[in-house]
Amino acid sequence: MALQSLDITARSATTTPSPSARGEAVKLAKLIDISKCIGCKACQVACMQWNDLRDEVGSNVGVYDNPMDLTDQSWTVMRFSEVEVEQGRLEWLIRKDGCMHCADPGCLKACPAPGAIVQYSNGIVDFHEENCIGCGYCLTGCPFNIPRISKKDNKAYKCTLCSDRVAVGMEPACVKTCPTGAIVFGSKIDMIHHAEGRIEDLKERGYSQAALYDPPGVGGTHVMYVLQHGDKPELYANLPKDPSISPLVGLWKGIAKPLMNLGVGLAVFAGFFHFVTAGPKEVEDEEEES
Amino acid sequence: MSVFIQRYTARERSNHWVVAIAFVLAALSGLALFHPAFFFLASLFGGGTWTRILHPFIGVVMTLFFIAMAVRFWRFNRFTPADRQWMKRIGDVVCNRDQGLPELGKYNAGQKYLFWMMVVSIPLLLLSGIVIWQPWFAPYFPIGLLRLAVVIHALAAWVMILGIIVHIYAAIWVKGTIRAMTRGTVSEAWAKHHHRAWYREMTGK
Repeated sequence: MALQSLDITARSATTTPSPSARGEAVKLAKLIDISKCIGCKACQVACMQWNDLRDEVGSNVGVYDNPMDLTDQSWTVMRFSEVEVEQGRLEWLIRKDGCMHCADPGCLKACPAPGAIVQYSNGIVDFHEENCIGCGYCLTGCPFNIPRISKKDNKAYKCTLCSDRVAVGMEPACVKTCPTGAIVFGSKIDMIHHAEGRIEDLKERGYSQAALYDPPGVGGTHVMYVLQHGDKPELYANLPKDPSISPLVGLWKGIAKPLMNLGVGLAVFAGFFHFVTAGPKEVEDEEEES
Repeated sequence: MSVFIQRYTARERSNHWVVAIAFVLAALSGLALFHPAFFFLASLFGGGTWTRILHPFIGVVMTLFFIAMAVRFWRFNRFTPADRQWMKRIGDVVCNRDQGLPELGKYNAGQKYLFWMMVVSIPLLLLSGIVIWQPWFAPYFPIGLLRLAVVIHALAAWVMILGIIVHIYAAIWVKGTIRAMTRGTVSEAWAKHHHRAWYREMTGK
């Protein structure tokens, strides 16, 4: 259910405006400073604990990633990349992966179930599983490959940015637990300011390309990264350089919907008006004899 | 008194109606998932989740029975020179000016186009539908292919819905046609007027 303290600005498969009588909420953001992350996975544990999730115990395949991918039970995972950024200089880049909470969410755009995906006025994109029909369209809309369909109930799950905690003035569980302060949470403006300070510091330490990751292709995100190598986000376990909603999904959920409806409507009207103008095609009886 | 001649056997009619019923159910459930304006149709199937579950199975039934129907009818749907002449006068056909139209076999060019449109659309719908079929098959395909499949599925379904609207309207518009699929027979006058070459073949006149 929608939380009373969080207003909704966008709702999937809904053509009328969302409730908007109350004033604009402050836009929030989570900032993940990859240069401060030590890969301890405390955030993964906190996420599981707060959200009551228990993934299956996997097997060690010789890498630090555990679990290997996001699942319906693992809404955030550390992705470890060993990268030789220049010859002889190995860096271990550890990215906390999970929903980016896009300002222009592809999942919400693709979803056919009214109210299964909502965007709160504070920027959080949330799945309301009780309305989810399990079609998997959100997977096609997401430019970051985040939503996962549960094998238990065929519903889609992902990071909620702890909307339930945020609604009562708490920070997300991962932020609260992070021991190095690599994850911070607050208004988006404050987070951008904070990131600027971090980037300045990184540049002084030789990371000349350090940058904030807040991709404009999806209208900016409410989960942002500080990247040491801001010019090469792909180094961080294939973080897309310029993510956007696929043009195919744009076509399907954009122009195709009204045009196709119009086409079907016109065909029905054309038939009706043809009948009342040209009339039916009847075979006259005389023809039988002729 | 009109004399009637057989156009469809009981088996052919049953086959047609299984495809038709499956198509209507697939189209209604598919529209529910296509546009929020049609989501209310999901109620006919027991809600959104049931619509998502049932839609692909309905589609498979439609495909299987369409294949049977295509095997029965394909040989009557080959294009002939008369079809080209008939298409040139499509404006007259629409305006009910039927004098001097070429003699046609069992089907006219419009019916043949519908047939081949379905021969193309239904396999496209089946293949793209399997790619996006949750939870059974979709997890085995890459997301890029899913994105392509949803667009192909919507487009093929749209073409087919338009085609079927024309098909249903044509049956209403051309009097004496519907009984071909409900009773299996058409009047001699109807056959002579619309499909004279077929009429000659059937009666030897």
